[in-house]
Amino acid sequence: MIVSLILAGADTVASGAMSIDIWEVIRNGLAILSLLAGLFFVLGGTLGVLRLPDFFTRLHAAGMTDTLGAELILLGLIIQEGFTQLSLKFFLVAFFLIVTSPTATHAVANAAYQAGLKPLLGKYKAPDPEDIGKEG
Amino acid sequence: MLRFGLVLAIVMVIYWFSLSGYFDHPLLLVLGAISVLLVLGLCQRMKILDEETAPYLNLPKTLTYFVWLFKEIVKANVHVMRAVLSPGLEVSPKMVKIKSSPATEIGKTMFANSITLTPGTVSVEMSEKEILVHALLTEMSDPEGFEEMADRSAWAIGELAENRQAKGS
Repeated sequence: MIVSLILAGADTVASGAMSIDIWEVIRNGLAILSLLAGLFFVLGGTLGVLRLPDFFTRLHAAGMTDTLGAELILLGLIIQEGFTQLSLKFFLVAFFLIVTSPTATHAVANAAYQAGLKPLLGKYKAPDPEDIGKEG
Repeated sequence: MLRFGLVLAIVMVIYWFSLSGYFDHPLLLVLGAISVLLVLGLCQRMKILDEETAPYLNLPKTLTYFVWLFKEIVKANVHVMRAVLSPGLEVSPKMVKIKSSPATEIGKTMFANSITLTPGTVSVEMSEKEILVHALLTEMSDPEGFEEMADRSAWAIGELAENRQAKGS
């Protein structure tokens, strides 16, 4: 799939000039890799929010989504766009995200802690699906 | 104060240009200049023209710090990712108090935000001397691991190591 996407990028360039611009291919490839890596972390963060046992541990998974996930997607867009005004704006979005998202996470965690929500501490292991069936 | 006002004005002018992209519309340029002056006037009246409003003098250091922080974020992300995707979902949450060594408010903010930004650790409560941290995996709650981050975030905001030790004791 990745290869076909890169070739599609090369095709659009090649339609203008007859030869394939090698830089365009490399840039598109890097952008796609970055986007896919970002999507992988967003997916992992979502799975974490669904799987982890309590509020505080879920915050960690949510943090994973909006740090590395969003930043890698923005990085991919910047690489794709090149050095233009739009990529400067993407950079500003990335910067504001990296400043505001931990602040928001801290505010949520602090509110829960102040309200008296007790975090789950110690070791946790997901119950075996077969055991759940037996007990039920 | 004049110095911070000047820095803030320069940053806002760059910001205005990077968002608008207009270089040859006299009316819009004048309106932009008026906006910058208006914000400066408001900051002056609110008496917040200090290094917290315009922390841009240490920008090279801050950017260097972000490069280091990004590396840490990637490392921690891989850790958390492995824990979340493992079939057994083995996590060991723990609360620890971490000494917050930066002397200034903005340095402390930088440190606490860096902790939260690194997946696997979230700063839950802040006090003058300490930060209460919730860690997803027990091995992430090692206090020594945070010391380097505290030193680096204080450095990034322009605090000198000698000053910090003198103030901390």
